[in-house]
Amino acid sequence: MKHIKTLTNATLKDSAAKGGCGECQTSCQSACKTSCTVANQECENK
Amino acid sequence: MIHKFELDGTRILLDVNSGAVHIIDEIVYKLLDYYERESLDALLKIFKDQYKPEEIIDAFEEIKALETAGLLFTQDSYESHPSFQNRNPVVKALCLHIAHDCNISCKYCFASQGDFKGTRSLMTERVGMEAIDFLIEHSGNRRNLEIDFFGGEPLMNMEVVKKIVDYGKSREESANKRFRFTITTNGVLLNEENMAYINEHMENVVLSIDGRKEVNDNMRKTLKGEGTYEIILPKLQKMASMRAGKNYYVRGTFTREHLDFAKDVLHLADLGFLNTSVEPVVAEADKPYAIRHEDLPEIFAQYEALAKEYVKRKKNNNGFSFFHFMIDLNQGPCVIKRVSGCGAGSEYLAITPEGDIYPCHQFVGNERFKMGNLLENQFSNEIQREFGNAHVYNKPQCRECWAKFYCSGGCHANAYNFYQDVNRPYEIGCEMEKKRIECALMIQAKLLTEEEN
Repeated sequence: MKHIKTLTNATLKDSAAKGGCGECQTSCQSACKTSCTVANQECENK
Repeated sequence: MIHKFELDGTRILLDVNSGAVHIIDEIVYKLLDYYERESLDALLKIFKDQYKPEEIIDAFEEIKALETAGLLFTQDSYESHPSFQNRNPVVKALCLHIAHDCNISCKYCFASQGDFKGTRSLMTERVGMEAIDFLIEHSGNRRNLEIDFFGGEPLMNMEVVKKIVDYGKSREESANKRFRFTITTNGVLLNEENMAYINEHMENVVLSIDGRKEVNDNMRKTLKGEGTYEIILPKLQKMASMRAGKNYYVRGTFTREHLDFAKDVLHLADLGFLNTSVEPVVAEADKPYAIRHEDLPEIFAQYEALAKEYVKRKKNNNGFSFFHFMIDLNQGPCVIKRVSGCGAGSEYLAITPEGDIYPCHQFVGNERFKMGNLLENQFSNEIQREFGNAHVYNKPQCRECWAKFYCSGGCHANAYNFYQDVNRPYEIGCEMEKKRIECALMIQAKLLTEEEN
């Protein structure tokens, strides 16, 4: 493509397939304790 | 739903529901304002004075190709996903208030200088053990459990911390659980012995410091009113150097008294700290240091300046991590995690020294949110259900927001503090979060294209 460069595909859609195990870290426990960013948490079930 | 923005010369297009991220040129950026409601013929007329027809057709076809491939204008189908619908109300993480007492006095302390608006007290070994048992009992089939030692200042009660860790480990095998312990400290009491202990037993250690000396010392003072920077810095540096690959964060707070927090983050990086997190203060609107709406332009400029420097340092191999910029576009958490929220009040609870149970550390002391008591063997899951349902699909503002899969609905405590409603996100917090996510996406775009080149 000339006008568009795709950096990442439908990762969210793909993640739904095997998602929801709930084993990953609770986001508030990591380093913020107030302002949530969940997208920076690591998946435990890669 | 899509979101597009331009930052530092890069135009980024996010397909919200699929998670696809694209870099686009100017013509696509402009066409997208009309694409969903106008035909190609109409677009040719609208842009006839700006672009050649073949360019418009080309760009239009590329947008269409992405749409056909499920990478643009995709629908949100996660609300009805079985993994989301059938999630169980289990508890998997506890924040233990090991000490409702503190050895320093911070002006902005949400815990009223450590006593959480109550009497100064220390958690006993018994309450700690009850907390471990409670967590095991309420964790269903989750294997990974988390205990955060929090305060006040947890190092003021370090012997009990050690006993709780021992007890947790002793129960791991028979309960088929794995405990991850973390600790948050102001650093004053760090010494050779407890640093060695923390390094061995804690999965993560959060070290509080606000940044530059004058900024830190303005807010974080000893009980005699002197700045803490000189006392804590060498200890925090020693602790960080001991970690050698294990997790740690230096974590600061910025307020409207020093909005130029990018300098504080860079100061911490210059001191050699590799993992940083500097957060906006959470405070009632009448506090002089509380962030106001009018501060947002300056705060946005700070995040952007920090993002540019962040990329520069990464490219020069002297990079560092800033908590909110660490978005992994390929291997982040699953979408079910992203829509479920921070977990406070549902899978994450706070325990006071007296054994009282609250939705999270920010709610401690507010009787309306007391969920029970460990020593009295009481736990009402009514509030747990209320918080479990406070997810992005039940928050009207989040449902329509492009950032919902990155922030997951914001902090319940912020929402409650400002609007007395956990389902109404704190607007200033939302604006800051959206800017942080845009910066994080821009950083990823710059670094990924650099790698390819």
